[in-house]
Amino acid sequence: MTVQDIIKPENLVYQKSKLLTNKPFHYCPGCGHGTVHRIIAEVLEELGVDDRTIGVSPVGCAVMAYDYFDVDFVEAAHGRAPACATGIKRVWPDKIVFSYQGDGDLAAIGTCETIHTCNRGENITMIFVNNGIYGMTGGQMAPTTLEGMKTATTPYGRKATLPAGAGFDGIPNNGYPLHITELIAHLPGTKYVTRQAVYDPAHVRNAKKAIKKAFENQINGKSGVNFVEIVSNCNSNWKMEPVAANKWLVENMLPEYPLGDIKVDGKLVEK
Amino acid sequence: MGELKLMKGNEALAEAAIRYGADAYFGYPITPQSEVIEYLSEQNPYERTGMVVLQAESELAAINMVYAAGAAGKRVMTSSSSPGVCLKQEGLAYIAGAEVPCVFADVVRGGPGLGTIQPSQADYFQNTKGGGNGDYRNIVLAPSSVQEMCDFVALGFDLAFKYRMAACILSDGAIGQMMEKVILPEQKARMTEEEIKAKYPWALTGRARGTQHRVITSLDLDSAKMEEHNRALQRKYKEVEANETRYEMINCEDAEYVFVAYGSSARIAQKSVQLGREAGLKVGLLRPITLWPYPTKAIDDLIKKGVKGFLSVELSCGQMIEDVRLACNGRVKAEHFGRVGGIIHTPEEVLEAMKKQIIGE
Amino acid sequence: MASFKGAISVDTERCKGCGVCVVNCPMGVISLAKEVNGKGYNYAYMAEPDKCIGCASCGIVCPDGVISVYKVKL
Repeated sequence: MTVQDIIKPENLVYQKSKLLTNKPFHYCPGCGHGTVHRIIAEVLEELGVDDRTIGVSPVGCAVMAYDYFDVDFVEAAHGRAPACATGIKRVWPDKIVFSYQGDGDLAAIGTCETIHTCNRGENITMIFVNNGIYGMTGGQMAPTTLEGMKTATTPYGRKATLPAGAGFDGIPNNGYPLHITELIAHLPGTKYVTRQAVYDPAHVRNAKKAIKKAFENQINGKSGVNFVEIVSNCNSNWKMEPVAANKWLVENMLPEYPLGDIKVDGKLVEK
Repeated sequence: MGELKLMKGNEALAEAAIRYGADAYFGYPITPQSEVIEYLSEQNPYERTGMVVLQAESELAAINMVYAAGAAGKRVMTSSSSPGVCLKQEGLAYIAGAEVPCVFADVVRGGPGLGTIQPSQADYFQNTKGGGNGDYRNIVLAPSSVQEMCDFVALGFDLAFKYRMAACILSDGAIGQMMEKVILPEQKARMTEEEIKAKYPWALTGRARGTQHRVITSLDLDSAKMEEHNRALQRKYKEVEANETRYEMINCEDAEYVFVAYGSSARIAQKSVQLGREAGLKVGLLRPITLWPYPTKAIDDLIKKGVKGFLSVELSCGQMIEDVRLACNGRVKAEHFGRVGGIIHTPEEVLEAMKKQIIGE
Repeated sequence: MASFKGAISVDTERCKGCGVCVVNCPMGVISLAKEVNGKGYNYAYMAEPDKCIGCASCGIVCPDGVISVYKVKL
């Protein structure tokens, strides 16, 4: 049996979702954004809600996410995607609304909107892609940058030591990696909070299940934010090849940001 | 005939939004306009019409809620006062760039910074000249009575949706806080989903199968497209200038000297006109109703009819005077008179300023 | 026991040659080509087509969605 005999429509077992447009992703080779886009599109297609979905794209690498999803989209100001999603969901409660943000957008400039949207318990789905760095602006420190991690604005590594003694003693203090996902999980307004990854097929499958649940909850529910963090990579700004970046992610990002459900059906998961 | 009521300006604004069939109000409390959200919360418009009222975590969040809900085709309003409107400039620039309709009210207080909670008109520049980034305009309506606080909500929404841009109701603490009788309009129905889809094909309502998905964005990295987008915005603004400039003239038929004043200043200047006429002076009042587009042509017409000078009367240190002078283009004298810091000028001192600065001895 | 035979088709012009599919293929089917596509990327291809079982791991992990997977039961 030749390859040509196998490659026939009736034998197709996997292809990119029809809910993605034909526009090639502008993301760097190996970037997790593409994988996350793919599985969101698959979920929306499987749930059959493409004709009532409104997405909100961020400022950051995913700013043009609206070019790739064949659903209606609004592009938000930096950090304001949760406010935008709130605005839409409040006036169109029957539409399926999701925001898509990176770590700088969601956990630095948009912290206020993130926390209050979660605290109000808006019935929306929030996707948070955490790669520990600012991608679009060229690799500066993010709130989720690991301690010791070198970025364009922490060229000697992020230092998170509290200054010794009273006041500033000359040691740069960039603060600690911000665990925003754990933080919002403690708010009564969040229903489902989980942290996933997409660096290998098994984790992509898990992440897809999580995203599906996050949308199903919205479709079937009346309130409560469904929040999915994806620990991802930034090969270009980590200055690694894609495969090496994924390995670095497993060895360095995951110990700081462990994977798994944090809150399910409004209840914190016991560790 | 609508219902006659005694109301505060801020309350009239809020009631007008409910009666217009607005879909949502997103706001954040700030003096002197907190009555807007308080009145809306007390009225429970969700029970009356299905209108959503939400107290946001900040002015920033509120304007971005407005931006996205407006992008989704709904009639959405917010209101604030000067320092809060600073925070809203981010969203307003996006609203301009992405061509989203909305109404926002600025009940102006004194500045700069935290300034004072007393009435002011010091945010003329902020609202008429942009304030956010980029080449853009907002329609700016200046009510000078509680009735206009009410009426300009409907006018603002009509213009905002006609041109897909923000309409600002530029009020001040005096107009917002004072009580006057007002004739309220009949309750209009909110638009249905079918009506929105039919009337606003650009609105994000979920793309129908087999049709192109819609994107509301202010971003385009293609320079040629971005230049054309900017040109298209400017063409739209020219159209607004041609069609929507509004003003009122009082005693201008034979006037030699004209006060130019808007909002609460116009009320005082109107009294100054009366005092001047009683003293035998041929004075009149030009009251711009739209501050953008500015009634430049009205000033031009007055000069052609023989007006020899203008006094721009403002509760600011001289902002609108720049537009008056641009319209005069050096042909006649144009000066500014203003009180600030929460002090409101008296009709007598306004008339005195006209005599001293324009008419001369 | 049923066995499967698979094959993949790669949209080579859109492949960015990141190699994530290569390391995630359990059967060692995929390699990056020595040739480059129009964008200069060494695109993924089936170097060992006979070993493919159509598990779709490559398609599932591909960030650019350029891999379609086909499978037949033998």
